[in-house]
Amino acid sequence: MGRVLAIVLAVLAVVLIGTATVRTDTPSTSANSPEAAVQSLLDNAKARNWEGAYQLVAKQSNAERNDFVRDLAGRDGSLRTYSSLQSYDTKVLRETDSDAMVRTNIQWSTAVGAFYDTKDLKVVREDNIWRVVWPLEKQAKVPPQVIPVNYLRWDIVQRGSDDDWGAQNVEAPRVRIVSMNAIERDNSVIIMGELVNEDTVPGFVTVGATLVGKDGNPLAQESSFDKISHTVLPKEVSPFRVDFPKQKLANVKSVRMQPNALLVPASADPTIGVLHQRIETNAAGKKVLRGELVNQSGQIVNIPHVLATFYDNAGKVIWVNDGYVDKALQPQTPVPFAVDLRDDIAPNVQSYRVSVNEYSMNRQ
Amino acid sequence: MKKLFWYVLLSIVCWYAASTVQAAELKVPATVPAGQELKIASSGSGTLYLFGPASATKRNVSAGEVTLTADELKHAGRYTVVIGEDRGSFFVTAAKPESLAFIARPSRVPTARPDVISGTVFVFDKNQNLVISPTPVKFDIAVEGNNNSRTVQSKSGVAWVKLPSSSRAGAAQFTASLAGNEVRRVVQLTASDPCNISMKASPSQNGILVETAPIRDCSGNPVPDGTIVTFSSVDSKGKSTVDARIKKGIARAELPASNNALISVASGVVVGNEIRWGGAR
Repeated sequence: MGRVLAIVLAVLAVVLIGTATVRTDTPSTSANSPEAAVQSLLDNAKARNWEGAYQLVAKQSNAERNDFVRDLAGRDGSLRTYSSLQSYDTKVLRETDSDAMVRTNIQWSTAVGAFYDTKDLKVVREDNIWRVVWPLEKQAKVPPQVIPVNYLRWDIVQRGSDDDWGAQNVEAPRVRIVSMNAIERDNSVIIMGELVNEDTVPGFVTVGATLVGKDGNPLAQESSFDKISHTVLPKEVSPFRVDFPKQKLANVKSVRMQPNALLVPASADPTIGVLHQRIETNAAGKKVLRGELVNQSGQIVNIPHVLATFYDNAGKVIWVNDGYVDKALQPQTPVPFAVDLRDDIAPNVQSYRVSVNEYSMNRQ
Repeated sequence: MKKLFWYVLLSIVCWYAASTVQAAELKVPATVPAGQELKIASSGSGTLYLFGPASATKRNVSAGEVTLTADELKHAGRYTVVIGEDRGSFFVTAAKPESLAFIARPSRVPTARPDVISGTVFVFDKNQNLVISPTPVKFDIAVEGNNNSRTVQSKSGVAWVKLPSSSRAGAAQFTASLAGNEVRRVVQLTASDPCNISMKASPSQNGILVETAPIRDCSGNPVPDGTIVTFSSVDSKGKSTVDARIKKGIARAELPASNNALISVASGVVVGNEIRWGGAR
């Protein structure tokens, strides 16, 4: 009996090992339906099997393999290069024998949090196989040229250890909060507003806030993290937003703001234009602020970060939101951006202002 | 009554005993300038103890004239000298003013503001003792030929002054001087907010080139390079903005092409002119 059991176990082990060996992590590249074609392509992309994914791209996409891979994997040190496809869901919008439209919501996990992308993908039957017409966003090639840039930057000489004790150090820039608003949304208290660098030197700015309860004791303390432009140049205005999760405005007696500015070396370049800003409704029926970013300098901006400030008809800041762009900004080349706008805020928005942070790898 | 007599007698005996063992007073001056030696006449030899604010000395001396060296008396304060059973106390006061510590605030200030620059001087002698006797200190601030001087008497070792910033921008040389000693600080006088911003627009290869005239504050100083100037254009496609940096006194940007746009310019809280571009021009 024991020998039989051993033989059965050995056979089972061989079968399991064989199964594991034969099974591959590479997703299938065949698709018998439009939705399956999209899913298969995205599964391959998730596994970074670019060859398998590209096999599911329709010829009419007119996409070179390298362009397709760069579109999914990113290029030029953009945010996409620090991302991986986390999950997706698909929904067939319409389908015929020869083509179909599949709405795809893709979630990327990135270095700065989740990044969501919605695409309506056209799927066509080619050689009896469903393939995806990949909407390749071709970036215009920047022709070889010299872009003159007067490279303006601020450097700082701090006091030395051997200076006499009366020698003054250079002072931090004067930064002032020019507007502030507190609201309650989604079980959170949100403090937002704008600050301006009134000085003639750049500053690295953080805004801390403390909620003070009815009894005069602090309820919570937070600071703005990425909903602020930390490096503020002279006369530059930056929005800020500080979120206090699980707090109620009714419990707050006052708010203590602590803007903190440090004098830092900084560069005045690059200049990024924000073109054609408009509020639109996206495919999911949500309001978004869209526009295009144009890098007016000569170096690549790797990760652009868009900050949007929304005002009501009295000029009060009623919402601050941000969004990253997962494409690098090539010189003189427009790149679209979109920042979400809450549905409950949208009807009150009278005007808005967009500013751009930039993260560049090679800039000194 | 008898008891009272004994108490009085005991008190007299005690007083006599105490007076016979009390040390003799050394003849020392009430004050001595710091860093100057002091000679003391001593009737007996023995061990000399010198207690000061920052030092204590012990050495053997013989009868006659005892010298306290300049080095032993370089710190101002109360000293006690004991030789054998004789003792004496004196004060060492600061010597004549020889150096100063100068604190100037702030390091950077807008032009043409009253009483924004403060200078504080602490007066010291050569041994870094605070000189508390009134001493005239001269403050002088100069930028680009504009000069402002003031002389202030120190009080308790401190002299201070508040000065306006001049209307000329630049690196102001702020000096405090005393008895031939001069300490210099630099206060950066920066241009204030732009007085007005005037821009012009012209067609460019890719859109509309907007450019300001040289931007100056109300005193005529050029606003520093790097200051943000925001150009905005509103047309049927939406709003376009460029946060341009002033370079060589001028801000310049390229806005997207449009047939009918309202172009405006601003820097901080100062708004410039508007241009209606295209159809309604």
